[in-house]
Amino acid sequence: MKLRELAHTRTGDKGNRSTLSVIAYDARDFARLEAQLTAERVKAHYSGTVQGHVDRYTLPQLGALQFVLHGALAGGVTRSLALDAHGKTLSSHLLNIDID
Amino acid sequence: MNKNSIRIGAGAGYAGDRIPPAVELAQHGQLDYLVFECLAERTIALAQLERKQHPEKGFDPLLAERMRAVLPICLKQGTRIITNMGAANPSQAGREVLRVARELGLPDVKVAVVQGDDVLPRLLQDGLQLPLLDSDAPLASLQDRLISANAYLGADALLPALESDAQVIVCGRVADPAMFLAPLMHHFAWAANDWAKLGQGILVGHLLECAGQITGGYFADPGFKDVPNPARLGFPLAEVRSDGSAVITKVNGSGGCVNVATCTEQLLYEIENPARYLQPDVVADFSQVLLTPDGPDRVRATGASGQPRPDTLKVTVGYHDGFIGEGQMSYGGPGCVARGQLALELVRQRLQDAGLGGYEARYELIGVNSLIPQAQAIAEPDEVRLRVAVRTPTRREALLVANEVEALYTNGPAAGGGASKSVREVVAAAAVLVPREWAQPTVTVLDQGAAA
Repeated sequence: MKLRELAHTRTGDKGNRSTLSVIAYDARDFARLEAQLTAERVKAHYSGTVQGHVDRYTLPQLGALQFVLHGALAGGVTRSLALDAHGKTLSSHLLNIDID
Repeated sequence: MNKNSIRIGAGAGYAGDRIPPAVELAQHGQLDYLVFECLAERTIALAQLERKQHPEKGFDPLLAERMRAVLPICLKQGTRIITNMGAANPSQAGREVLRVARELGLPDVKVAVVQGDDVLPRLLQDGLQLPLLDSDAPLASLQDRLISANAYLGADALLPALESDAQVIVCGRVADPAMFLAPLMHHFAWAANDWAKLGQGILVGHLLECAGQITGGYFADPGFKDVPNPARLGFPLAEVRSDGSAVITKVNGSGGCVNVATCTEQLLYEIENPARYLQPDVVADFSQVLLTPDGPDRVRATGASGQPRPDTLKVTVGYHDGFIGEGQMSYGGPGCVARGQLALELVRQRLQDAGLGGYEARYELIGVNSLIPQAQAIAEPDEVRLRVAVRTPTRREALLVANEVEALYTNGPAAGGGASKSVREVVAAAAVLVPREWAQPTVTVLDQGAAA
């Protein structure tokens, strides 16, 4: 099953870091997401984009995982050469990841 | 005014934001305060450059238009306006508000101008050895390229303005949520060290500060997350009680939606460690926040807390960072990806021959790999758009990049069309932390005698 069936996502930018929120539609799916969406897996999904490490914070009462993708924005919105310098579109890309 | 609860609305989430939803909110939101957040990271640096050219400018270019739209309504209803549209020139922005008021036949307006965020002189004098955040280099490494340095002031800088009888408060750089926290501290007389309440006030500000992003903007995904009447997306307001608990909602009949999903996305937007959201007034803790439904288009937000404020203030530093030359060209029909890739190779070779091969660059096809660089086309699209962007030290080289893409018309693969090109001077932003006493906020109340 694709993550898109289970959760919605949003990215924000902070300097050269992208914040990536994953929010379960149904709180009962949170444990699955927490078990399978590790920081390592998210970093691997964005290999080629994320130059640094990935932090993960959990907010079980909101059914949410919060990732911080270090070195994800080619220097940050004010100087990046990327078409999407904010990394606004990165969130949708995660929706394709498989969840058992 | 009901002392146990106040209503704060968000009239803009960025400098270019839409004005009709702000008017709708001012008209029907029964607001005590309407806040316009209009300063992105480098906006002040750009405004500072403008002010150097034109000393009477350097504030938000939409200030007059926004004021014409909402000032008569807000004055009539007793809604006070708070905005950072002062950018690099808050005092001139204040005079501009008075000029608009006079033009509208509203002579009794008073405007409080908050200044003191500009710490560039102090940084040049005492701060060149400060380390840049997210870098190993000191501020001195940017010394000859600096444009601006503005500290994120806290709610404390706005309180004297709120204690005045000004109906409009204009500032430059103030932490975005602090523009919402300040009226709560003022109205409910929260102590400056009541960290739990300040944390809850920051939560309210953070939820509101991007305006439409909590009412269904930046949210719709048809079939998965549907948003009703999105073309007429309304802007949000919060009903906040004296204990800091709040309900996020919007005007009845406006487009969009406020639900737990929109609020959760906005709660986490641009937040790193949810337990430590650093603000000038408090280190807010969102880790235990609860968002619960409270009727149609109403969500209750509770559970934020806080720790004592940091000893330092964050300062955004704007600096010149070279140029970006960019060009785009479209290819369509069978073989469009192959022709796009051939075109990329031609441009890459030509720029290398011109001595530009060593510069940081992007060579990509929009429609295939411009958002995720390692992406591969699964099926051939009907069209692609080539994009080349190169960072160069000089304008001349940036123009060369742009021209080499345009030259694909007559010197590239078959059927390239719709070229566009641009040369941008880059104004980048970096940050340092400074002792908080380096920023000395002041408040000046202007009346019609001072109109622009």
